[in-house]
Amino acid sequence: MNIVVCLKQVPGITDVKIDPQTNTLVREGIKNIVNPFDTYALEEGVRVKERYGGRVTAISMGPAQAEEVLREAIATGADDAVLLSDSAFAGADTLATAYTLARAIDKLEQYDLIICGRQTIDGDTGQVGPELAEMLKLPFVAYVSKLDEISNGYMRVKRMVEDGYEVMETPLPAVLTVVKEINVPRLPSLRGLAKAKSAVIPVWTAQELGVDNNMVGLSGSATRVIEIFFPQRVGRGEIFQGELESQVSSLVDKLREATIV
Amino acid sequence: MEYFLSEQQKTIKHLARRIAEERILPVRAELDEKEEFPWAIIKDLADADMFRVFIPEEYEGLGGGCLDLCLVVEELSRVCSGVAISYAATALGCSSLLEYGTEEQKRKYLPDVASGRRLTAFALTEATAGSDVSAIRTTARREQGSYVLNGTKQFITNGGEAEIYTVIALTSPERGIRGASTFLVEKDTPGFTFGKKEKKMGLRASATRELIFRNCLIPEENIIGREGMGFIMAMRLLDRSRPGVGAQAVGLAQGALEATVDYARQRIQFGHPIISLQAVQLMLADMAIAVEAARLLVYSVARTIDSGAKDFTEEAAMAKVFASDTAMKVTTDAVQIFGGAGYMRDYPVEKMMRDAKITQIYEGSNEALRTVIAFELRKRKARRE
Repeated sequence: MNIVVCLKQVPGITDVKIDPQTNTLVREGIKNIVNPFDTYALEEGVRVKERYGGRVTAISMGPAQAEEVLREAIATGADDAVLLSDSAFAGADTLATAYTLARAIDKLEQYDLIICGRQTIDGDTGQVGPELAEMLKLPFVAYVSKLDEISNGYMRVKRMVEDGYEVMETPLPAVLTVVKEINVPRLPSLRGLAKAKSAVIPVWTAQELGVDNNMVGLSGSATRVIEIFFPQRVGRGEIFQGELESQVSSLVDKLREATIV
Repeated sequence: MEYFLSEQQKTIKHLARRIAEERILPVRAELDEKEEFPWAIIKDLADADMFRVFIPEEYEGLGGGCLDLCLVVEELSRVCSGVAISYAATALGCSSLLEYGTEEQKRKYLPDVASGRRLTAFALTEATAGSDVSAIRTTARREQGSYVLNGTKQFITNGGEAEIYTVIALTSPERGIRGASTFLVEKDTPGFTFGKKEKKMGLRASATRELIFRNCLIPEENIIGREGMGFIMAMRLLDRSRPGVGAQAVGLAQGALEATVDYARQRIQFGHPIISLQAVQLMLADMAIAVEAARLLVYSVARTIDSGAKDFTEEAAMAKVFASDTAMKVTTDAVQIFGGAGYMRDYPVEKMMRDAKITQIYEGSNEALRTVIAFELRKRKARRE
């Protein structure tokens, strides 16, 4: 089993600040981390490898410093890592990102399973996984919460749906996105950290991938971010005064007015 | 403070802290309350290669020294010394094998210890033999290519959970302590059973049990070193492991200090956080001074051992005594600053105070070790050094 895991480096905080002038994230002073959902993808990949043999290759598209997440991936069980980095990739939306990842996976040639996190915590779209499957023309299962077994080129998985779960079988190769219920990611090991420190991580550019420059980065993006803003919080609390009886009836009137009761 | 740690030591310390905070902190109160052996955390430690730290590279370890081990123990103890001692007891349990085992014995057992598949335990203490080690009664009778063990060991850390036991027993009872030898006994050997699991004041996540040997037959190749060497080997191994107890005490005290500073900044009395009261400030400063001094002594002794020093009985005793007395004082003062809240189980400092007490007692009581230090002082004076 050759497993590819896609990882993204994201800002490591939940209250991200946005520069109102440029509509981009303020990255100064923020520690970057592996997108938490991707850590479940990596752990599942490593577990599949431990169960069925093979190799885990971690790939990430991003600026040069995204190499950090790939080193962390090696420290926690990935065998190899590839960084996709080129100024031409900058400003990519999910479509251009999926296209770039797909070309890189094509270049890897041998793969049986591709695992992604369900979504990132910065973009939050959950689109890259399914787009990637579409571009690679592979079967796709989203929100996988359990990988039951793999045999004879088929894999049985459990996926979360709104009111329960579904059990599906899919031929391999396939693309999965996983949810946090699937496992508890391991911490790095000392030997893994030593390996990560000395690992040579190749950087593949647009030229090495042989991609069409109109399909990557901002020029390959089908969407544009026009504006990013915080929703206005309108506090409309109202304090009723007077006797308890009258307060209750005013409250009931208000609720009726709002057709809540 | 600059501790002049190597890159590898910094990595070890950092990862041990991460495991402690991410995996131990969320469950430490529950482990203490339920007196539950922390198997899930042992697995995390094993997966992170923490059991490889103290095993040489040729037996699938990372070849770290005494200081590397101390760093792990310190970081784990900062969060929960009950978990830390379950880990550290394995280092002690395989130390006789590391120092005195044959190549064959090392190959057979150490890789499993390195991977964390098998825990170990060290069994010296008996009901009649605490500080007076010479009073042990467990015997090992030689019989046609085997030894037959009889006797009961008491207060054995990792008892019942470990797979490999280092047991000190008398091969020549008539020679007293010079007739003691060291043996490897595997769990599930017929004639080897466990007595009651002790209910303890602190370190409640760790397992402490009796080991009972009734005509327990072990192969003669399970002896470590030569017959009659058991006592001297044990004393030398304990010299080597004492900085580890010191590190446990330093970690405990550090954890208590940090918790207390946090609390003193939040707790409002007389309209201000209590950290603005000079009485509290003086206590916190003394706690911090003591912790730092204890840490430096422990690190220095660990480095002395790692440098290949031959004799470090006195220094090892100093590190253990000073650090454990510090841990007791610092955790007691921590509870004092927390006030009534510190006496409750809602905050970690009451557990830390309970956990600290044993560090003054085990691996040589502080009184016994002070006499050891004094003995070395006299010896040096007599030699006019």
